[in-house]
Amino acid sequence: MAQPADLTRLTAHDLATAVAAGEVSAVEVAQAHLDRISAVDEAVHAFLHVDTDGALAAARAVDAARAAGERLGPLAGVPLGLKDVLTMQGVPTTCGSRILEGWRPAYDATVTRRLKESGVVILGKTNMDEFAMGSSTEHSAYGPTHNPWDLERIPGGSGGGSAAAVAAFEAPLAIGTDTGGSIRQPAAVTGTVGVKPTYGGVSRYGLVALASSLDQAGPCARTVLDAALLHEVIGGHDPHDSTSIDAPVPPVVEAARRADVRGLRVGVVRELSGAGYQVGVQQRFDEAVALLEELGAEVVEVSCPHFTYALAAYYLILPSECSSNLARFDGIRYGLRAGDDGVRSVEEVMSTTRAAGFGDEAIRRIILGTYALSAGYYDAYYGSAQKVRTLITGDFRAAFEQADVLVSPTAPTTAFRLGEKLADPLAMYLNDVATIPANLAGIPGLSLPVGLAPEDGLPVGLQVMAPVLADDRLYRVGAALETALLDRWGRPLLEEAPSL
Amino acid sequence: MPSITRDEVAHLARLARLDLTDEHLDRLAAELDVILTSVATVAEVATADIPPTSHPLPLTNVFREDVVHPSLAPEQALAAAPAVEDQRFRVPRILDEE
Amino acid sequence: MSAQPDALLPFADAVATFDPVLGLEVHVELGTATKMFCGCPTGFGAPPNTQTCPTCLGLPGSLPVVNRVAVESAIRIGLALHSDIAPWCRFARKNYFYPDMPKNYQVSQYDEPIAVGGWLDVDVPTPDGPRRVRVEIERAHMEEDTGKTTHQGGETGRIHGADYSLVDYNRAGIPLIEIVTKPIEGTGASAPEVARAYVAELRALVRALGVSDAHMHQGSLRCDVNVSLRRGPDQPYGTRSETKNVNSLRSTERAVRYEIQRQAAVLAGGGRVVQETRHWHEDTGLTTPGRSKEQAEDYRYFPEPDLVPLAPSDEWVAQLRRTLPEMPAARRRRLQADWAVSDFEMQSIVNAGALDPIEATVADGADPAAARKWWLGELARVANERGVEVGELPIFPADVARVVALVESGALTDTLARRVVDGVLAGEGSPDDVVAARGLKVVDDDAALLAAIDEALAANAEVAEKIRGGKVQAAGVVVGAVMKATRGQADAARVRELLLARLGVSG
Ligand SMILES: [Mg+2]
Ligand SMILES: [Zn+2]
Repeated sequence: MAQPADLTRLTAHDLATAVAAGEVSAVEVAQAHLDRISAVDEAVHAFLHVDTDGALAAARAVDAARAAGERLGPLAGVPLGLKDVLTMQGVPTTCGSRILEGWRPAYDATVTRRLKESGVVILGKTNMDEFAMGSSTEHSAYGPTHNPWDLERIPGGSGGGSAAAVAAFEAPLAIGTDTGGSIRQPAAVTGTVGVKPTYGGVSRYGLVALASSLDQAGPCARTVLDAALLHEVIGGHDPHDSTSIDAPVPPVVEAARRADVRGLRVGVVRELSGAGYQVGVQQRFDEAVALLEELGAEVVEVSCPHFTYALAAYYLILPSECSSNLARFDGIRYGLRAGDDGVRSVEEVMSTTRAAGFGDEAIRRIILGTYALSAGYYDAYYGSAQKVRTLITGDFRAAFEQADVLVSPTAPTTAFRLGEKLADPLAMYLNDVATIPANLAGIPGLSLPVGLAPEDGLPVGLQVMAPVLADDRLYRVGAALETALLDRWGRPLLEEAPSL
Repeated sequence: MPSITRDEVAHLARLARLDLTDEHLDRLAAELDVILTSVATVAEVATADIPPTSHPLPLTNVFREDVVHPSLAPEQALAAAPAVEDQRFRVPRILDEE
Repeated sequence: MSAQPDALLPFADAVATFDPVLGLEVHVELGTATKMFCGCPTGFGAPPNTQTCPTCLGLPGSLPVVNRVAVESAIRIGLALHSDIAPWCRFARKNYFYPDMPKNYQVSQYDEPIAVGGWLDVDVPTPDGPRRVRVEIERAHMEEDTGKTTHQGGETGRIHGADYSLVDYNRAGIPLIEIVTKPIEGTGASAPEVARAYVAELRALVRALGVSDAHMHQGSLRCDVNVSLRRGPDQPYGTRSETKNVNSLRSTERAVRYEIQRQAAVLAGGGRVVQETRHWHEDTGLTTPGRSKEQAEDYRYFPEPDLVPLAPSDEWVAQLRRTLPEMPAARRRRLQADWAVSDFEMQSIVNAGALDPIEATVADGADPAAARKWWLGELARVANERGVEVGELPIFPADVARVVALVESGALTDTLARRVVDGVLAGEGSPDDVVAARGLKVVDDDAALLAAIDEALAANAEVAEKIRGGKVQAAGVVVGAVMKATRGQADAARVRELLLARLGVSG
């Protein structure tokens, strides 16, 4: 393979192949991406921290291993952006919050460790809504990330930095975390691929918790195969996470290569369409479903009647868990301490620190969660939300009796303008209406680009959902659709994006 | 229909150790009212016969063997602390004994 | 601290007027090798912050994983208390801010504890011998301990008036079992003794199970004491106070007594008891008010999402049941019969904490009476002097058994034996080492003894005359002088024999 003009345009799979074949060094690959970051990240602001020295050292180690004849992993030498909510020993980890400014963790998250062990080159930490609360990355204490398709628009959230880094060719891969859609919705609005694995499929150890029963880390990529390769590297049982599933990673790479939907029953979720969904989004989605049918899938309509309550349940469960998870940020053991004048009591210093260190959205959700858990309200709010969770899981169970996978638009709209929904929390929350049910039920979901909305020329994402531990089905459907769409378009969708 | 007062928000803020201005408390009271009214709809379908789900997967009995693993060196444990004295975390005075 | 001392009603008046109801919450720190949710060691007294990791420091992103042995210990405690072991239970988060708690929530159990119900029979000492009281158990649950805070500046190292505090998280995350009684009624004037006897029995139980060393002075067994008073047994419960962190058996008894007297004074004066937590002060023997019910935290319990439920199988529980040792009460009954001691004597053995050492000494061949004499006598005295329990003295039951054997064989007198024991306690080695090193042996050479007797008679001519005159009881003075001259190495009985023969008097 002749060395391409621009290494940053290659897929992760092709980069790994080239590195393994000695056609290009891991250091060259890393440097090309670091250069790209230098060139465009001032405009995009996908990264909060670029670990130039660490990345080059990791790349050199891959090159040395290759030179020594060691067998390289399937993604060795491939650069990656790590969402700033995962710990990486010695590298600043802020979760997009002032309260953790300057914190350098003493330990690696399991995901981070697995990436390092497989020779993936971590370029740095990507921007996010503070503690992963938001759908636009505007809630980062360090300023918003801009959508590479239109710098005046949001890249989605909370993992807007990871999605934008991939869309802007700053990294072929990134890690996101998805509590209510924070991998899938950014993927949809940036024209990239994002996967939330089955809950428990990827270790949460070292993932700074937003809502423990919902959080799941997963891959961000430009192709379905790349996402599958990354999924396989980070997935699998971890004894450090009690909620991690002790079962083999589903055969996602094999499924991505199979890319065949003949005979597969595809269920269109009635409740995740229509009112509230942008016309162009709905149009591209309908076309993609028709394409699946052309490819040999059997399309059925399914109903999940309790999805209407998913958003409400989510905005009780999430704040409740997060009000507890964020309690540890108190200025005692790490991070910001404010107002310690030697006179104020520890309670006052904690309260001053937390008010100064958390942004508005974090405070809003902490207060909301404190309310939902407090004496006298628990049953009506948190308790009821947990019952809705049972109902939604039941809806999925019934739907998966009629269909092997479910599909919907990933997000109701294309990327909106920066600032547009900042003053209206509820409007912001509505972005996650289609992605939240999967988190509540713990099932896996994937978003892939299915075209540009005619009215604004911005990417539209389609979501595929599968039963627990059937993550491979996501990749099968995603890869089949991706191949057919590529055929139709003649070139990847991201080539349509304006150059930065 | 929830109607949440500033005093209630102030109480929640104290529980959550958040020292907020009056103006912020007022703003939160208004926002919470809207959000809570919207999320209170969960009660419509949450009937007594439905069991709650607190965890997405039905796992039980996940254990660790009682085997010692190396701890952090104290320098590592204390490295990020805002204040340290005598290899301990130094904290402002504690007023109210638990 | 309250500015004014509490008014107290005399105890006898208090219990004559009011019926006390007790509730006891005992926290037992388990003796597992590692913490409840992480692999850090649990050793007592390590340098600060050397036994911590991301999990027990509550670092962002860290997660808990349950220690299997801690759960097994909890189940075994439950079984020993005749509790039902929950077929399915969970951990919950108890949310409140405190600097000794790294996550600002404690992982505990709330409405789904591992053990429910049960009872523990305790023998309450009375002047007429022990009275058996059955204490009903409400529940036993698992949770994690907090870190340790020391207060700096101010005058006394107390929290009050301190300038700042220092936190060591070595203890944070050590497994605790909290055992909660149902209200204990009908104890009347013996309420303080019942409380003490219950804590002592529970301590014996967890020690017998081998799940905890249960040293109250090291905080590995801590007691919260709830006391309320009512006008009579048919009346509804009164308002209770909860006295926290009572750290010895004696304090348990004193704290109950104090609260009965304090509350009785309030009620007798027409006042109302305030529901509040109170703090026990070991030094002054007082309790002072803490947080009132109105100020009580709203703990916002909810199921811990980082952990999955526990569902102990019947087989597992049955297997753990097979590991239960003989229960302390049954053991006491067996040993009391074996040693042929009275109820009263048995009570003093138990109170002195001498049951284990005496049993071991007997197992090493000593006569029960002799073993008891040593452990309740000389050794109890030394332990008391040193402020430790008799079992913590640096002498093995085998050493005591050896000393007993040496006395029985006539190789040592009682006096010599005490010096041997002194030597062992002083770290001079085994009894035989001490005998050899100090050259201790009974002077059994009659000629040498007679020489010493003659010398003593010469020095005490008047006494000698009295003895000759028939006042045999005066012989003690001469025997004492001989013993002194032989530095205690003579057999006093033999000296007396020889003395009387010398003077031609019959004993
Ligand atoms: Mg407790
Ligand atoms: Zn630890």
